[in-house]
Amino acid sequence: MSTGNMNLTLKIWRQKNSKTNGKLVDYKLSEISPDMSFLEMFDVLNEELISKGDEPVVFDHDCREGICGACSMYINGRPHGPKEGVTTCQLHMRSFKDGDTIVVEPWRAKAFPVIKDLTVDRTAFDRVIAAGGFISVNTGNAQDANSLPIPKVQADSAFEAAACIGCGACVATCKNASAMLFVSAKVSQLAQLPQGQPERYRRVQSMVAQMDAEGFGNCTNTGACEAECPKGISLENIARMNRDFLSAKFVSEESI
Amino acid sequence: MAELNANIPEGDLMEKWTKLKSSMPLVNPANKRSIEVIVVGSGLAGASAAATLAEMGYKVKCFCFQDSPRRAHSIAAQGGINAAKNYQNDGDSTYRLFYDTIKGGDYRAREANVYRLAEVSANIIDQCVAQGVPLAREYGGLLDNRSFGGTQVQRTFYAAGQTGQQLLLGAYSALERQIGMGKVEMFTRHEMMDVVVIDGKARGIIARNLITGELERHFGHAVLLGSGGYGNVFYLSTNAMGSNVTAAWKAHKKGAFFGNPCYTQIHPTCIPVSGDHQSKLTLMSESLRNDGRIWVPKKKGDDRSPIDIPEEERDYYLERRYPAFGNLVPRDVASRAAKERCDAGYGVGKSKLAVYLDFKANTERYGRIEANKQNLHNPDKETCMRLGREVIKEKYGNLFDMYKQITGEDPYELPMRIYPAVHYTMGGLWVDYNLMTTVPGLYALGEANFSDHGANRLGASALMQGLADGYFVIPLTIGAYLSKEIATKAIPLDHPAFVEAEASVKGIVDQLFAIKGTKSVDHFHKKLGKIMWDKCGMARNAKGLTEAIAEIQQLRKDFWSDVRVPGEANEFNPELEKAGRVADFIELGELMCIDALNRNESCGGHFREEYQTEEGEALRDDENYAYVSAWEYKGDVTFNLHKEELKFGNIKVAQRSYK
Repeated sequence: MSTGNMNLTLKIWRQKNSKTNGKLVDYKLSEISPDMSFLEMFDVLNEELISKGDEPVVFDHDCREGICGACSMYINGRPHGPKEGVTTCQLHMRSFKDGDTIVVEPWRAKAFPVIKDLTVDRTAFDRVIAAGGFISVNTGNAQDANSLPIPKVQADSAFEAAACIGCGACVATCKNASAMLFVSAKVSQLAQLPQGQPERYRRVQSMVAQMDAEGFGNCTNTGACEAECPKGISLENIARMNRDFLSAKFVSEESI
Repeated sequence: MAELNANIPEGDLMEKWTKLKSSMPLVNPANKRSIEVIVVGSGLAGASAAATLAEMGYKVKCFCFQDSPRRAHSIAAQGGINAAKNYQNDGDSTYRLFYDTIKGGDYRAREANVYRLAEVSANIIDQCVAQGVPLAREYGGLLDNRSFGGTQVQRTFYAAGQTGQQLLLGAYSALERQIGMGKVEMFTRHEMMDVVVIDGKARGIIARNLITGELERHFGHAVLLGSGGYGNVFYLSTNAMGSNVTAAWKAHKKGAFFGNPCYTQIHPTCIPVSGDHQSKLTLMSESLRNDGRIWVPKKKGDDRSPIDIPEEERDYYLERRYPAFGNLVPRDVASRAAKERCDAGYGVGKSKLAVYLDFKANTERYGRIEANKQNLHNPDKETCMRLGREVIKEKYGNLFDMYKQITGEDPYELPMRIYPAVHYTMGGLWVDYNLMTTVPGLYALGEANFSDHGANRLGASALMQGLADGYFVIPLTIGAYLSKEIATKAIPLDHPAFVEAEASVKGIVDQLFAIKGTKSVDHFHKKLGKIMWDKCGMARNAKGLTEAIAEIQQLRKDFWSDVRVPGEANEFNPELEKAGRVADFIELGELMCIDALNRNESCGGHFREEYQTEEGEALRDDENYAYVSAWEYKGDVTFNLHKEELKFGNIKVAQRSYK
């Protein structure tokens, strides 16, 4: 079914479930088209495995257009592969060469346990959001949207932080498996908006506490997270979160 | 079986919702605490409903098949969300949004529902801004708007090309807040496998834990489906890989009628198919038609590079055929026009199944405006293009990057090549005004229901409907049902109906493994997709549809005798998930063709080649087909047609014209 001319060797992490050990397994693929996405190349592999009676490789994916944040492969030592600013589903085989050997592993982090093969459990992120990544407003109480003007620069900056897709590449690439970029993006989005002010200091404290409780590591300002983030989330967010976190100790009337 | 009563409130169109709101039975706070509501799906409709119901005090359980509610496919909506705010002072109003939506839907939607949608649209924007959704703003700090197809006002709110993402993250944060407070219990990586019906009422679901494979029984006083559309019946679509019809289809088989299954939306601006390996199609937002002009060469088979084709040898066919709306005609019209040009031999690109979407003229225009702002007099063309590109980049940067990444071509230099692709399904579970299906206590929200878009949805209206249903409609209308359920105690999970439903689900899973055939699930899915696209796609005819029905029936037999599902039931097994979904798609595909064959007229996205005007426009038959087709499942993949007559009291039904 493939129509291209690339031949590849894949070394893929196979692990039956969270209770067993995994290992890298070699696969050969031929006739791969450079126009395929990386995940479509995996579709070809899985089709071959199924027809041979083997078990296909399990990996997370859904929208395949770079926005849902589901895909999560660690390719040749980099989350989402060698290209900057894209997710694995947006990585195309033209970014590789005929004859390449490609190593594919799951995200590695204590807070992201492997479920099977390349799929990991990222629900820790949801719990961090549940701890405070919101504005406490019930449905039906809102004032007219334009009664709250927000300077464009500020709104744009909040939007840039809000563009995070929650994929976890920042955690995967960090040598300490820190989630600071993810957490700070949400903290930063809301801290820059007037709607976010009432809970600003409470929020940062609860979210950081939950982040620590989930077992993410500490930030040592290496910056790998920013370099690998497919959505270009900036390190400035971490600085802003640190500032708010410190201020919270002095400003906030409630400590969490 | 339930009567088909739409339960539209009495009174003037403009009064219906207001009156109903103030007379709707309520459930007191103490009783709400003991009432359980199940929500299936966590996209815009599901997440907003789950969060709001929990805020009101109900005990909510929410299910999604993704690993996080934030990944539901609403996340991928690009262009925007409509609301009748009239912030641009361009003559917009609730009535105008209502009118545009009914007309856009080719007079095949229910007036009362659409008017309510237009009414609550403004509240949605207020709610989202209050949640901290960073919608685009102007320098004065107020919200910005842009144009979408089928309207002549600017009422579309947006957040770059990621409006769906930002709105969903807003609803998701509201949902997570309730999860954190223990008021919503969230079940991620869970798939609904069946609805449990007891004494004629929906009382729970059977869900499969996708990690362990375990089947679970869950009770609810009511069950809400916000499980999305069924575009993936075509295999290739702009939907996510996991988007599926299973929850809605199982509900259908348990008694919920399926409304207008043949109404599918083919979106005109998608990146063309590049090869057999392709697993999904990528949309280029409708907002691009604000600034992109669509054309093909005037000469058949013109192989020159588009930049070498001079202006006078280009056919801007939308501007030519529809001068009043130009490039911003509704999606069904734009898609058919592209197909017409390609079928006639004017298509471009390697496959000849593409047309150009060209930003050059507007890039230059923006450049000139910018130059003016910067006091550059008589700027040369190069300068204009350079400045204009910056403006285009700010407006559509992420879409241009996405295009380049997928095609390897730079859209700042060359026009985009685009072609229509399956995008949205207007059909869905039939619901009454309260969003209840024909099974009491079972509701459908958002794309999963059929209710508001008629035969064609206008751009930026899906986000509006999903959030309207979830934030503002269901939290109120569900009171009419639940107020009568306050005495109902939680039904024990060993009730025979739960046991039986679970056994039937297990039976299907066992059967799938027992086949041990030779072909993968995808093999069958691709075959189904090809039949649907060729014979029930942008254009349909009686002969093709009749053939398609026979082919799908054969495909169903082949599937159940030759599919290979690897692995085991009691583990994480995506192939098994796909198998169950494709089995349902095959049955649905047949119903779509039956419905398309039944509807002997053309309307909106349903274009029957036998019924067109001399100019090739859709030709409705209001005398015989001004009804909603609501199909009842009669067992063994057979269906019975019920009709809900559509009455138009506030709008003059006319031949739709965008000329």
